[in-house]
Amino acid sequence: MITYLTAGYPDLNTTIKLVEVMAGHGADFIELGIPFSDPIADGPVIQQAANFALQKGIKTAEIIAAVRKIRQRLSTSVPLIFMTYYNPILQYGLRRFVAHSVEAGIDGLIVPDLSFEESEELRTVADAYNLALIPLVAPTTPLERLTAFKANARGFVYCVSVTGVTGVRNEITTDLASFTDRVRQCINLPVAIGFGIAGPYQAAQVAPFCEAVIVGSAVVNLIAKNNDFKGMSLAIGSLAQDIKSALLNYKKQVAEHKKLC
Amino acid sequence: MLPDERGYFGRFGGRFVPETLMPALEELATAYQMVSREQEFKEELAYYLKNYVGRPTPLYFAARLTSNCKGAQIYLKREDLNHTGAHKINNTIGQVLLARRMGKNRVIAETGAGQHGVATATVAALFGLTCVIYMGEEDMARQALNVFRMRLLGAEVVPVTTGSKTLKDAMNEAMRDWVTNVENTYYIIGSVAGPHPYPLMVRDFQCVIGIEAKQQLLNETGRLPDFIVACVGGGSNSLGIFYPFLDAPEVQLIGVEAAGLGLASGKHAATLTQGRPGVLHGSLSYVLQDEEGQIKLAHSISAGLDYPGVGPEHSFLKESGRVVYTTITDFEALQAFQLLSCTEGIIPALESAHAVAQAIKIAPDLPKDKVLVINLSGRGDKDVEMVSKVIVK
Repeated sequence: MITYLTAGYPDLNTTIKLVEVMAGHGADFIELGIPFSDPIADGPVIQQAANFALQKGIKTAEIIAAVRKIRQRLSTSVPLIFMTYYNPILQYGLRRFVAHSVEAGIDGLIVPDLSFEESEELRTVADAYNLALIPLVAPTTPLERLTAFKANARGFVYCVSVTGVTGVRNEITTDLASFTDRVRQCINLPVAIGFGIAGPYQAAQVAPFCEAVIVGSAVVNLIAKNNDFKGMSLAIGSLAQDIKSALLNYKKQVAEHKKLC
Repeated sequence: MLPDERGYFGRFGGRFVPETLMPALEELATAYQMVSREQEFKEELAYYLKNYVGRPTPLYFAARLTSNCKGAQIYLKREDLNHTGAHKINNTIGQVLLARRMGKNRVIAETGAGQHGVATATVAALFGLTCVIYMGEEDMARQALNVFRMRLLGAEVVPVTTGSKTLKDAMNEAMRDWVTNVENTYYIIGSVAGPHPYPLMVRDFQCVIGIEAKQQLLNETGRLPDFIVACVGGGSNSLGIFYPFLDAPEVQLIGVEAAGLGLASGKHAATLTQGRPGVLHGSLSYVLQDEEGQIKLAHSISAGLDYPGVGPEHSFLKESGRVVYTTITDFEALQAFQLLSCTEGIIPALESAHAVAQAIKIAPDLPKDKVLVINLSGRGDKDVEMVSKVIVK
């Protein structure tokens, strides 16, 4: 299970503490979103969170400093991934951004508006610093493109479950079996599925096709709905637990099913 | 020939979009490349430009404006006389013909002033396509008449309430729609901005302005102009008139950005003059942004220029020095708006009034044998109500 937080929403201290909460409730990876003013791949929930953080004047350097704090406080070594758009990275300076992130304790990077074709410069720097530039693939990505990604994919493959933006959905109607088959045919890395995972039901729905599910807007939504840290951490903790157990149960069911056969 | 096959004009351009859209952009680039060479497509486009849009538009010698300025001879390229009142339809008619060939039955667009939205809604009505227009809530209030026009034409106008509630956010929302409905939807971008192949495609469709102007002036005077002045928001009307003259170095090309309340006030839309390179809406180009790479809000009295980005080819032309970019304030544009109205009986769009303002600034200092062409990109009917409020003040 991979969970997502918008850094600085509602403030960086809360972000730091929520990372601890999520790590304590079974998050295997944690994504931290660096807010951008024009997030074209995000739905309303993450847009609003980013907007809120930006209004309060959040800066990339402060988020990197917060990661350093998380690493000092956290007892586990849960991998941390930055998710942001290309322009904030470009303006910070590609090499400087990668170097500072890695030094602070970041393990991976996802840039939803950086197409494979435009990613060479950042990828070269990321590789040099051993930072995994994680590729996003979509249900619309054809086989030929996946083949081209092969040599340059790092970490895991982020499969976008739907054609669309981030945000919870009731049903995931994409043919995930053929989509993930296509991905696995070309790229020999773990598959994570994200976009649209609202809760345990959707998690169990996509579980058969992947090694990990990514939960973003559902988490951010719980931050929006709770006024105090206690409420947030309880709600997020229980969402994480529910999803985790849905994933475990799914595996148990499959294992039992196999035994019976 | 620029752009290169990756969509770059020098170091500007490219495709910075979510992976979901990459196959669609490739499909679009291939379809456009194929179609643009077809004789049948060229004929179809020419047919609609002539019989529906009303081209060619006149190149009109502005005698009273010229004598008022006491300098260079001023000509107006009358894009305001196009159907729907601006140059925008040159592009939408081209793109909708392409969309039809690609089998897309739903078109979407973003709009600032509403001119591109109206031009899109118009061609969607012409071919019976479903049409959704994204427009910032703020712009909807400023351009209520255009909102009504679009709805009358059968389009759904979706208010955009995020961010600055203007063109930039409308474009974000249109991109989100496209990511979601990419299978059946064609996104008609209205400027020479966005990911490749849009900057190329929109330029090609708008080039008709410059090609006509060149021929018309040659026919009338036997020579090329000394100056061409056009306003730059995203940059489609200016590139449309500049492009056919790029290889004629004796023609000075002047792009006019909106200085809003003045460059020092920070409230302007002078992207090339005050911005720096960054990535916005799918391409690398000059952008108004802060230190952190967050996009700044633009300001201009003219909704069509109120955009913090600019087409990548303009960034290239700025750095190569082929085009000179300058700025005009809200106040200067309003003065030009009134001057053109009372000297020529032509009410320009506030966007085009920026070009007029720049022209009347330089014309008096030029010898009388020099020829200056203003691209009068649109008519001012949409702005009359707003200007009446400002002038009364």
